[in-house]
Amino acid sequence: MTQEQIKAAIIEQILFIAPDIEEANIIPDKNIQRSLEIDSFDFLKILTALNEVTGVEVPESDYSKVDTLEHMCEYFMKRVKD
Amino acid sequence: MEKHFIDKKAEDFSVRPNIMEYAQEYASFKWEDVSAHFEGLPSGGLNIAHEAIDRHANGLLAEKTALVWLGENGERRTYTFLEMKKQTAKFANVLQTLGVEKGERVFTLSTRLPELYIAALGILKNRSVLCPLFSQFGPEPILQRLVRGDAKVLLTTKILFEKKVRSLLDQLKDLRYVLLIDAEEDESDQIRSLPRLMENVSEYFDILPTDPEDMSVLHFTSGTTGMPKGVVHVHKAIYTHWMSGRYVLDLHEDDIYWCTADPGWVTGTSYGIITPWLHGVTNIVDEAEFDAARWYSILQNERVSVWYTAPTAIRRLMRLDTNPRDEYDLSALRLVQSVGEPLNPEAVIWGMEKLKLPIHDNWWQTETGGIMIANLLSQQIRPGSMGRPLPGIDAGVVMHHDDGSVSEITEANKEGELALRPGWPSMFRAYLHNDEKYANSFVGGWYLSGDLAYKDEDGYFWFVGRADDIIKTSGHMVGPFEVESTLMEHPAVAEAGVIGKPDPLIGQLVKAFVSLKSGYEPSEDLRRELIGFGRKRLGVAVAPKELEFQQSLPKTRSGKIMRRLLKAREMGLPEGDTSTLED
Repeated sequence: MTQEQIKAAIIEQILFIAPDIEEANIIPDKNIQRSLEIDSFDFLKILTALNEVTGVEVPESDYSKVDTLEHMCEYFMKRVKD
Repeated sequence: MEKHFIDKKAEDFSVRPNIMEYAQEYASFKWEDVSAHFEGLPSGGLNIAHEAIDRHANGLLAEKTALVWLGENGERRTYTFLEMKKQTAKFANVLQTLGVEKGERVFTLSTRLPELYIAALGILKNRSVLCPLFSQFGPEPILQRLVRGDAKVLLTTKILFEKKVRSLLDQLKDLRYVLLIDAEEDESDQIRSLPRLMENVSEYFDILPTDPEDMSVLHFTSGTTGMPKGVVHVHKAIYTHWMSGRYVLDLHEDDIYWCTADPGWVTGTSYGIITPWLHGVTNIVDEAEFDAARWYSILQNERVSVWYTAPTAIRRLMRLDTNPRDEYDLSALRLVQSVGEPLNPEAVIWGMEKLKLPIHDNWWQTETGGIMIANLLSQQIRPGSMGRPLPGIDAGVVMHHDDGSVSEITEANKEGELALRPGWPSMFRAYLHNDEKYANSFVGGWYLSGDLAYKDEDGYFWFVGRADDIIKTSGHMVGPFEVESTLMEHPAVAEAGVIGKPDPLIGQLVKAFVSLKSGYEPSEDLRRELIGFGRKRLGVAVAPKELEFQQSLPKTRSGKIMRRLLKAREMGLPEGDTSTLED
């Protein structure tokens, strides 16, 4: 997957879980949970769905490394196969 | 069965627990003896803010750290009791300047910022009423609560104001002021900058005489058939807070205490603000949301000794397959208490294995104002049980009779409604503007909790479920009626029925069933639109997480939606008595 594909996949999952959010409001360096009012349950669901799409599992101990859209992209980029 | 019980030995304790002999303490305890632990207000009466802050600031603890605030981005700020006294005095003076009077309701809608904690006590100093809202509420729950609570002032942040409150202003004619924590300048006579107001006021404030029965805190709790109710508490509630701080949280002066609850819920005020400071203990506040690594680091770096948290968080920590004791120095931690929903036995066992500490469950609710039933540090834990009634608390299990009366079930292990003998100091004094509902909460000399439970032969209470349809999600209550009413406002929705669907992580999740008006067809787009609609109006804390279309919803012959049946069907359980189901 390319960086763009990963970013698109993340945004898609955020919008799926929280359809009230407008894509323009997803600011790359802002804390996803805080800025978009996504609670920790929804955040978990987003990561679970992304695991299915990318094959990358984010362990609970790494959640602080995927706090913003930017960080999440980097995290998946590093780990996703081919 | 007994082999699963967790026994305590004297050598387990690094500090001698405040209560060693439960039965003896329970038998000899008298509420009037608690008053000896308070100073009383110099001007007369009893005021929470004086007992929690000022008396310490006037004495030996003046320079002791009262509040450690941890910002989301790594900032760390501390406030001594003396600084807290001055800051809360200033906030009280701000309210004076604005003409806010005794008994008037001041609402807070903020993330966990220091100003929120300062304001909470400043409000109490001014003898106004603190009404905390959860920052993840959407505009609809905020409006309902502000209106029902006769809000005169709202303290909030710029971003929350813009997102959730500004559009409501024309429906809030009685709201005199909005105080913005982070605004540099006033916007208008009504929308004011808190920093500006704080600049110009004195750091001295003499609390006027406060009757122990004066209203102090107003929390809202969800109803099953109606909109949320305002639960009225009084200054005297600190008798319960002090007692439970001593026995349940086992607070000693050198403790570093962290309650992870948000002040938008009753645990976050009773035990996140009031109780630790009544005991002169250093109180940790973390601005950020749950994050496993961050939380363990806080426990380690702040040397937290007493930790009051919630099952949802514990279950998240259980998802880590590491040994926290190997990675973090948790040597200061000596007591873990949990509340919000029943703690599953597996979580108690996990605590023993990984934290090397048992996790103690306890039970109470918004109406009780403080902890009523608990597993105590020095006493045997029965995993899955909420523990035994605290000294001063008379709890029982009652059965309902056809004539409307109740009687206590004396037989062990028999299920009924958990009930309390009225009269403990933090008992709620009213449902605001709803005397009838309040009166109906008491039957035959018992306060009826709405929770189903049984008591074992040794007096331990075990939670069974709710007697009504109220949903418990991530430890807080959601009233199905409030959610249904909002969904019904969407043009496509004909009927809505909302239930709590069991979830392994958050207890229950809010699930909505809707039927559509003619002209609308179920589709994925519409489902997402309705989920989005709910989130926008209700906020993430209340909105449905799942939504399912149905042709029509099961109703009684009188037209009431049978949530019980929706739930049974969802869970694949027997449908029970369906004799009232419409044809």
